[in-house]
Amino acid sequence: MQCHNMTEKIDINKEAKKIVLVGNPNVGKSVFFNALTGSYVDVSNFPGTTVDISSGKYKDMVVMDTPGVYGVSSFNDEERVARDVILYADIILNVVDALHIERDLFLTQQIIDMGKPVVVALNMMDDVKKNGIEIDIDKLSQELGVPVIPTVAVKGEGIEEVKEALDRARTGNRLPIVEENLRAVRHMVDEDSEALLVLEEDENIIARHNISGVKGMREQIYQARRERVDEIVKKVVHHTNRGASFSVKLGRWMLSPLTGIPILLVVLWLVYEFVGVFVAQTVVGWTEEVIMGKYYYEFIMKTLGPILGTENLLAQLLIGEFGVLTMTPIYVFGLLLPLVVGFYLVLSIMEDSGYLPRVAVLTDRSLNSLGLNGRAIIPIILGFGCVTMATITTRILGSRRERFIATMLLGLAIPCSAQLGVIAGLLGPLGIKMTALYVSVIFIIFALTGTILNKVVPGKSTDLMIDLPPLRLPRIENVLKKTYVKSKVFITEAGPLFLLGAVIITLLQYTGILDLIANGFAPITEGFLKLPRETAVAFIMGIIRRDFGAAGLNDMVSRGLLNSSQVVVALIAITLFVPCIAAIMVIFKERDWKEALLIWLGSFAISFLTAGIVAQVII
Amino acid sequence: MTLDQVNKGQRFQIISIPDKHISAQAIRLGIYEGAKLTCVYKFPAGPVIIQNGMQEIAIGRGLAKKIQVQLLDKGDVKQCSAII
Repeated sequence: MQCHNMTEKIDINKEAKKIVLVGNPNVGKSVFFNALTGSYVDVSNFPGTTVDISSGKYKDMVVMDTPGVYGVSSFNDEERVARDVILYADIILNVVDALHIERDLFLTQQIIDMGKPVVVALNMMDDVKKNGIEIDIDKLSQELGVPVIPTVAVKGEGIEEVKEALDRARTGNRLPIVEENLRAVRHMVDEDSEALLVLEEDENIIARHNISGVKGMREQIYQARRERVDEIVKKVVHHTNRGASFSVKLGRWMLSPLTGIPILLVVLWLVYEFVGVFVAQTVVGWTEEVIMGKYYYEFIMKTLGPILGTENLLAQLLIGEFGVLTMTPIYVFGLLLPLVVGFYLVLSIMEDSGYLPRVAVLTDRSLNSLGLNGRAIIPIILGFGCVTMATITTRILGSRRERFIATMLLGLAIPCSAQLGVIAGLLGPLGIKMTALYVSVIFIIFALTGTILNKVVPGKSTDLMIDLPPLRLPRIENVLKKTYVKSKVFITEAGPLFLLGAVIITLLQYTGILDLIANGFAPITEGFLKLPRETAVAFIMGIIRRDFGAAGLNDMVSRGLLNSSQVVVALIAITLFVPCIAAIMVIFKERDWKEALLIWLGSFAISFLTAGIVAQVII
Repeated sequence: MTLDQVNKGQRFQIISIPDKHISAQAIRLGIYEGAKLTCVYKFPAGPVIIQNGMQEIAIGRGLAKKIQVQLLDKGDVKQCSAII
């Protein structure tokens, strides 16, 4: 692990005190962060994760935000990142969702057990009143031993009081079990906070300090902490009535299949209208064809064209058909970036509103039969945007087995948005019967592959265990920030791969290997798939950019080379076919080479086998 | 009995959670041995939604089958706290 000290990234005095914002997911931390830091913010991504940390300045102190977590340990990327920031904090501003105090105080008590000076901002106090609940603030402060400030951060209520309270931050009342056992391990590490995590069996911290032979007490400490929190809650929370608010009811409706599935369908339709129609057609039509395809392309060709010529290898590499200065930026910035931004925007809204966990619950049962749990719906949704991006997101899945299955399904059976448009255009004129045939074949392959992988892949998948946060109106700044950070991660991680892919393809074409491969495919294309010889070229193009493959078919159709059955066979092959070269490289980067090779060759074989069988039946 | 056998609306107490790794995560959400919770909703062959105070948690069916629970009478809630 790296980055003990993220403050090196921003220009401040290294001796400066660090205020760290800590809280469960979606409790409104970033409102406090913005209120403290104003506009000067540095967002940095933790290498190897999609987790970002914002830092800024407040007076002469550094303020750092952390990802929302339920506790400090090493269960996932968010926790590991949050842990490393929290461990070395000077003051902690703990934001607590007052409506979910029994959940949030677990983290609060853990931070107190670390021995850090804490201020608790008891946020969303308006929701508490709405739900007929009363919280005794003074009593809570007394029980925890730290200042507690009631706030409604989005309305600015209590923010000034929190700022003022930061000077009064103090270490709270530790659990007796922690007090008694901390001394035994304290000398092995540098800070009290680390000592607590050693007791709580955090393997990273134990390894970092080369500690061995300490008897772990995680279970006992967690149990004691839970009991203590429940005891505090019992003392300070009073229910005046039990009337469920509208958002609670809506949350229920979203879950129950009878109302939940129609709601899900409406949401998916809205997403399609936004991403599939507005972004993919209107926005991309402008960014890809006008800005990048016309102005940018003409600029590059005018400035570099005369210098480089056209036929030599360097010209081909830089400004040729698949050039790194022509096709790559046009594709990445003109086509993919708008789509990726659109998808992340939708996903961030679903996440921040609390809807995403409910979709995970609705789809859990179906995904279980594919060896996945409801959480896997996130990469699957993203896959319809860009498979490369979705493959990176498989990191959130709980086990290696699930990551393998999800990656295989994404590579095989999810057509990305770049391809979807052309596919829909080709299928449209063929009528409902052919469209239904195409959709059913792809769906059957998706379900069948998942089911078989679930049977044969060794290991065990994890089960769904997910907190259903209350439904809330997402905050625009948060949504935009998340979208920005995630899109940036996509460009920095996937961009170089698209570049490398373009270089490889240019080299293959320049040396004539591309033609050799296309000819090598001819017997399969002609004999088994019953398609014209040229279709192989479209397949190869599909590896470079998935939409190129589909566009190649489009071209053949307009020349009258394919009949409708052949179009369907070719589309099936090209959809199931290996994903684009950037996705292949991401697969090799994320999985080990054996798994990646298996995914690659596997989708290859399945694609031709399926298309071949369909061809034998319908052509 | 196990958590997947609890019906909608029933109150129950957790007797045991098998996996240590899972129980460490579950305890933060208020699911732990001795916790008294309510089943809010059950998907046919799907996840079980349980409630702890104002908070709702979805548990996959596979995991629900491994969690041992004991039903509570609504009136018995107070008495049962002596078990912990």
